[in-house]
Amino acid sequence: MRLTCTINGEPREVDGLWEGESLLYVLRERLALPGSKNACEQGECGSCSVYLDGVLVCSCLVAAGQAEGREVVTVEGLAPSEDELHPVQTAFVEAGAVQCGFCTPGLIVATHDLLARVPNPTDAEIREALAGNLCRCTGYEKILDAVRLAAAS
Amino acid sequence: MSTLTEVANGIGVSVRRPDGIPKVKGEFAYSSDMWADGMLWGATLRSPHPRARVLGIEIAAALAVPGVHAVLTHADVPGRKTYGLEHHDQPVLAFDEVRYQGEPVAVVAADHPETARYAASKIEVAYEELEPLVDPEYALSDESPRLHPGGNLLRHVYIEHGPEPGEADVVVSGEYEVGMQDQAFLGPESGLAIPAEDGGVDLFIATQWLHVDRDQVAACLDLPIDKVRFTLAGVGGAFGGREDVSMQAHACLLALHTGRPVKMVYGREESFFGHVHRHPARMRYEHAATRDGKLAWIRARILLDGGAYASSSGAVVSNAASFALGPYEVPSARIDSYVVYTDNPPCGAMRGFGAVQTCFAHEAQMDKLAAALELDPVELRRRNAMTTGTSMPTGAPINCPAPVEELLRSVAERPLPEGDSGVPGGIANVTRGEGVVRGVGYAIGFKNVGFSEGFDDYSTARVRISEVRGEPLVEVHTAACEVGQGLVTVMAQIARTELNVENVLVLPADTQVGSAGSSSASRQTHMTGGAVQAACVAVREEWERLGAIGAGIEATREYHHRPTAALDARGQGDAHVTFAFAAHRAVVDVDVELGLVRVVEIATAQDVGKALNPLAVEGQIEGGIAQGLGLALMEEIQVVDGLVRNASFTDYLIPTILDMPPVELDVLELGDPDSPYGLRGIGEPPTISSTPAVVAAVRAATGRELRRVPLKPDDMIGLCGS
Repeated sequence: MRLTCTINGEPREVDGLWEGESLLYVLRERLALPGSKNACEQGECGSCSVYLDGVLVCSCLVAAGQAEGREVVTVEGLAPSEDELHPVQTAFVEAGAVQCGFCTPGLIVATHDLLARVPNPTDAEIREALAGNLCRCTGYEKILDAVRLAAAS
Repeated sequence: MSTLTEVANGIGVSVRRPDGIPKVKGEFAYSSDMWADGMLWGATLRSPHPRARVLGIEIAAALAVPGVHAVLTHADVPGRKTYGLEHHDQPVLAFDEVRYQGEPVAVVAADHPETARYAASKIEVAYEELEPLVDPEYALSDESPRLHPGGNLLRHVYIEHGPEPGEADVVVSGEYEVGMQDQAFLGPESGLAIPAEDGGVDLFIATQWLHVDRDQVAACLDLPIDKVRFTLAGVGGAFGGREDVSMQAHACLLALHTGRPVKMVYGREESFFGHVHRHPARMRYEHAATRDGKLAWIRARILLDGGAYASSSGAVVSNAASFALGPYEVPSARIDSYVVYTDNPPCGAMRGFGAVQTCFAHEAQMDKLAAALELDPVELRRRNAMTTGTSMPTGAPINCPAPVEELLRSVAERPLPEGDSGVPGGIANVTRGEGVVRGVGYAIGFKNVGFSEGFDDYSTARVRISEVRGEPLVEVHTAACEVGQGLVTVMAQIARTELNVENVLVLPADTQVGSAGSSSASRQTHMTGGAVQAACVAVREEWERLGAIGAGIEATREYHHRPTAALDARGQGDAHVTFAFAAHRAVVDVDVELGLVRVVEIATAQDVGKALNPLAVEGQIEGGIAQGLGLALMEEIQVVDGLVRNASFTDYLIPTILDMPPVELDVLELGDPDSPYGLRGIGEPPTISSTPAVVAAVRAATGRELRRVPLKPDDMIGLCGS
């Protein structure tokens, strides 16, 4: 199977896919974009969160073929340039919201999505928006700090 | 030449993680992100039965699947067929019997992960199913079948402390249970094995202790240890679940057999079968006190389910015994702590390591005793608080600050949260909150830092200073595993402080330098921090002697903590290096009509000795509390007749950001007289007494006894209108 889509603004084409592969697998194993993480591959943890045509999705639950002709943005596509970070990324580093970091790419994308919709979220709105992203290290306090910091910046 | 002055980003400062930027960009290379040219994928066939004889394994159909390069069984393990942390009792691949559901039986390498999994499903294993032994109490009895040659009793620790318990004014008793908790680290077991030209193998792996993995795998591969080289890949959390070998030997076997790099990555379901869990516990306690609220004696019987293989059960059961009484002055105690083999999933290390189970029981008992004495629960704890010099039940006195009373006071005097935090269950709660009752509960716990009972768990650091473009650069090389806790940050901070050089590079951890010991037991900042400090001091002295860096100065140093001793037949001995303490207060809202709990706030106080990185300390404490809250309210691997019923994040729940309340922190820095910079291990105490504090709060709200965690909705309903 062949897949043609736009990833992080660039047209990409992948040949030789097995039809059962997820978008997550194609990103990680065929396109050298391992930033989206494989923590559960059951749609429960949010660590593989990406944008598909501007909508936040778990890429593990998207069959690769469903991305045909569509636009995908991953955590690797959020920073304005190679040497800069997106303000959400900076906030996660500054607030101490990163420990093992396996949940971090998904949380970055989910926070990016939240702040695009709700620039100044309340704590309740932050908790509701990030409830689909599991973190096992931080207890979420510093993640809340990071989102507040990103919203203020 | 510089001296020890105020360099930027040294110890005591909230330096940001050096791996933070690659992690937020998605560029940090975890063990599941590894890739090599010509790489194959490994998959594991696991036993569907908790107990069965393996009569035969037929691999021809699997080998015939196009794209398959190897199918290996126990017959292909060239060296020792078993491995294990304390006993080599666990087969690399099953040979005569399988002893738990999910035990590895065969491994496959293929050119696509799905092909490997499909081929594994084509392996035909003839099993003769046997009745699984799943009740630990029955396993302990003489009537049960022997699961291992030495019998089912893995270890019994008996502690005889003080005179024989006698008459007392007040005696309370209780039975308590703790369910099987999972570490649920997010980065699944994974790694990449690459065969080397010298006949050896290189493995890029997520683990907690490179050298002990390497030694076990080398023995199974029948290779000298210098031909088995392990490098730490990015680790997606650990919490004890990576102390045991999982896919390490399998990937190396497949790589050596095929001559190709082999990557193995577990899915979430497989991960639940791929590592040990926290021991389920059954505990029976009797607490006796005088009328004025002084503990007279305690009797405790603890039974841990070790599951199919030993792992670190021997140390866990000993810890459960050592910390069975809590941080109190107890004149007399008799403790029996058992761990047995069963056909349940193997259990071993998880954050808190034995102290979690007994803290749930001893804190429930202290509340029960306070009620019997009509005393405030915090007041009862204060009256019996351990201090420096108090004798452990194992005989040796507490040799470090033991601020039990201070920690209790800190959490008790903090103002209670006010106002409405929303109903339990959030928007899913369709009531008006008429069944919501608030409760407040307290708990305190403590635990050893570092390995105990005579184990010399040293660490090694190599530090090199050189000049790069006229500027000094310090390189720190250890085998210590950064598992998310922030060790890489702290090692660089120590080097900056000791050498007064800001530019410090922490090299990747690997087995090309001496062992660092395990990233467990809250020990790594203490032990490897101590080794880095010692190596830096040696470099600094040489630098001072020479007056110049020249072609570079290098020093390698080991750090050993003070020796400890084994326990004797009465459980007596100077077994522990040092101790860490924390207290928690939980405020909960319970909807007693719906059986839902919302934790409103957790206040904690913890002595960290010296906070080398205050931001990282807070992160460890908050994260540890989340795992304690999880054990109190939701986390349990449900095992029925030896079969795991909830191996997914759909059915095994860990706290989300909606479940975690704000955490109010009081970090004390009392300084350990016997550790680098006075620091004290911090990773585990947050997970120990947070669970009983939450349960105590739910008890206060409901009046229910609540003798088992995790709590279930049924435990809390049926109070209204009765």
